[in-house]
Amino acid sequence: MYAQEVKSTGKGVKSLDEMEPIERAFQEKVNAGIKIEPKDWMPEGYRKTLIRQISQHAHSEIVGQLPEGAWITRAPTLERKAILIAKVQDEAGHGLYLYCAAETLGVSRDQMTEQLLSGKAKYSSIFNYPTLTWADIGAIGWLVDGAAIMNQVPLQRCSFGPYSRAMIRVCKEESFHQRQGYDIMMKLCNGTQAQQEMAQDALNRWWQPSLMMFGPSDAQSVHSAQSMAWKIKQDTNDELRQKFVDQTVPQAKYLGLCVPDPDLKWNEEKGGYDFGEIDWEEFFEVVAGNGPCNADRMAARRKAWSDGAWFRDGLMAHAHKKQTRNVAAE
Amino acid sequence: MSDNPTYEFALRMGDNSLVLGQSVSAWCGHAPILEEDIALANVALDLIGQTRMWLGLAGELEGKGRSADDLAFLRDARGFRNCLLVEQPNGDFGQTLMRQFLFDAWHHPMLKVLADTDDARIAEIAEKSVKEVSYHLDRSTDLIIRLGDGSDESHGRMQTALDGLWCYTGELYAADAIDEAVLTGGVRKIEEQYKDYTSKVIDEATLTIPETTFMHKGGKAGLHTEALGPLLADMQILQRSHPGAQW
Repeated sequence: MYAQEVKSTGKGVKSLDEMEPIERAFQEKVNAGIKIEPKDWMPEGYRKTLIRQISQHAHSEIVGQLPEGAWITRAPTLERKAILIAKVQDEAGHGLYLYCAAETLGVSRDQMTEQLLSGKAKYSSIFNYPTLTWADIGAIGWLVDGAAIMNQVPLQRCSFGPYSRAMIRVCKEESFHQRQGYDIMMKLCNGTQAQQEMAQDALNRWWQPSLMMFGPSDAQSVHSAQSMAWKIKQDTNDELRQKFVDQTVPQAKYLGLCVPDPDLKWNEEKGGYDFGEIDWEEFFEVVAGNGPCNADRMAARRKAWSDGAWFRDGLMAHAHKKQTRNVAAE
Repeated sequence: MSDNPTYEFALRMGDNSLVLGQSVSAWCGHAPILEEDIALANVALDLIGQTRMWLGLAGELEGKGRSADDLAFLRDARGFRNCLLVEQPNGDFGQTLMRQFLFDAWHHPMLKVLADTDDARIAEIAEKSVKEVSYHLDRSTDLIIRLGDGSDESHGRMQTALDGLWCYTGELYAADAIDEAVLTGGVRKIEEQYKDYTSKVIDEATLTIPETTFMHKGGKAGLHTEALGPLLADMQILQRSHPGAQW
């Protein structure tokens, strides 16, 4: 998801009996569904996991502005342009609340920015795929934001108060994003032959990367179990992925599009779709920096930050001057 | 040029907002700090919203069934009526901010005058827009002052931006017959306010207005700089390559 590769302590989950009283009290609070607030005691692993997860989520919003932002100037109507600007602006806003939520855990926005720009911090693999046509803007809203909602709805119940509250607001906006994406797809699918082909091509390219957004299978990760015990995470990656497939396949049918998976089949017994194996090799390559756009995305973020240094320094210099003048005037 | 001055005037207003909004929106995701990404997106959104109103009105007045989108996406550069200032490239962030300030300082008094005109259709659009533009002007004024009177580098960049853009400001208030017809007595007022306001802010920003009095013009009559063509090519690509398609 927006935080696919979050490492927690790497150790197994302790039972209540194995915990010191303070940690036990914390875990009991979590179990009882009481929110943990920034000033409350928390295990170091919990703090670190949350910082990683929230900052990865924030970075994903920031980098996520780029693939869609690239189509703002080419949006085909004034209304589409306005909607897309508003959407990309929302992503920036989400980044802002999430950085603020992470700051309550004792890390600054500058530190997080530095971690992103140095390549130390990760962001969602999905934003390392290119937006080649206008239909990609539809597919991102429909599939990528659809997958994001799937993951973020349970995060509204996350045990950490600031993250949970940020998610409540984010989810409202994400559902508007998903609707606008689906609306773009509808228009294309009811449009000319070329538009219909554009829509199918976008689904072909975004389907697998969207499924990868939920992260690797839970069986492969000890981190998931700890995050679930801490109620940072509520459902497993596989459960969410299944839910996403089950929701999305009928939507594709309604559009008259074909989901690019020969193994996709309704399984009556489980009441859901069976689907083909995901190319995890590709996923790990993209996470490792070898996706089609990793280098471009990072270069764009670094350029924005370094080109903007004079602006930030200039504002600071003015603030200092003003302060000095005020002191002198007193 | 049409013989309907209100139509021509609405095109000018709409094209100004469109071309500026288009350029400003390109900063999304690339601004120096997250708060600026958000603020610039707001400005761009306001301008695109105003474009829809002005070009919608222009389409109605023209009476040939052209929508705001038809006017935005299916006219060539020679048909555009925006002033030259707004089509100047984004440049560095200082140039973008200076262009915005030099435009806002005109846009605001212009809309104030328009909000009082007898033509209800114009007055209504101006009334809605002036609230947004008053925020644009506050914001760009504040940044021009802070960056002009900031570090040596920010001062230098803002002065360079002013030196490059000042020669496009004369066209804003140089009224022709169309402006006179719509603005009637408001023309002088806008020019005076523009000159007073910009010189006061530029002075407070410790910047210097260039000595040259030469001013470029032509945009209002469809004679543009080379910057407009590529901007429109990018903006119009889908409408041009899929004629008649719905989006």
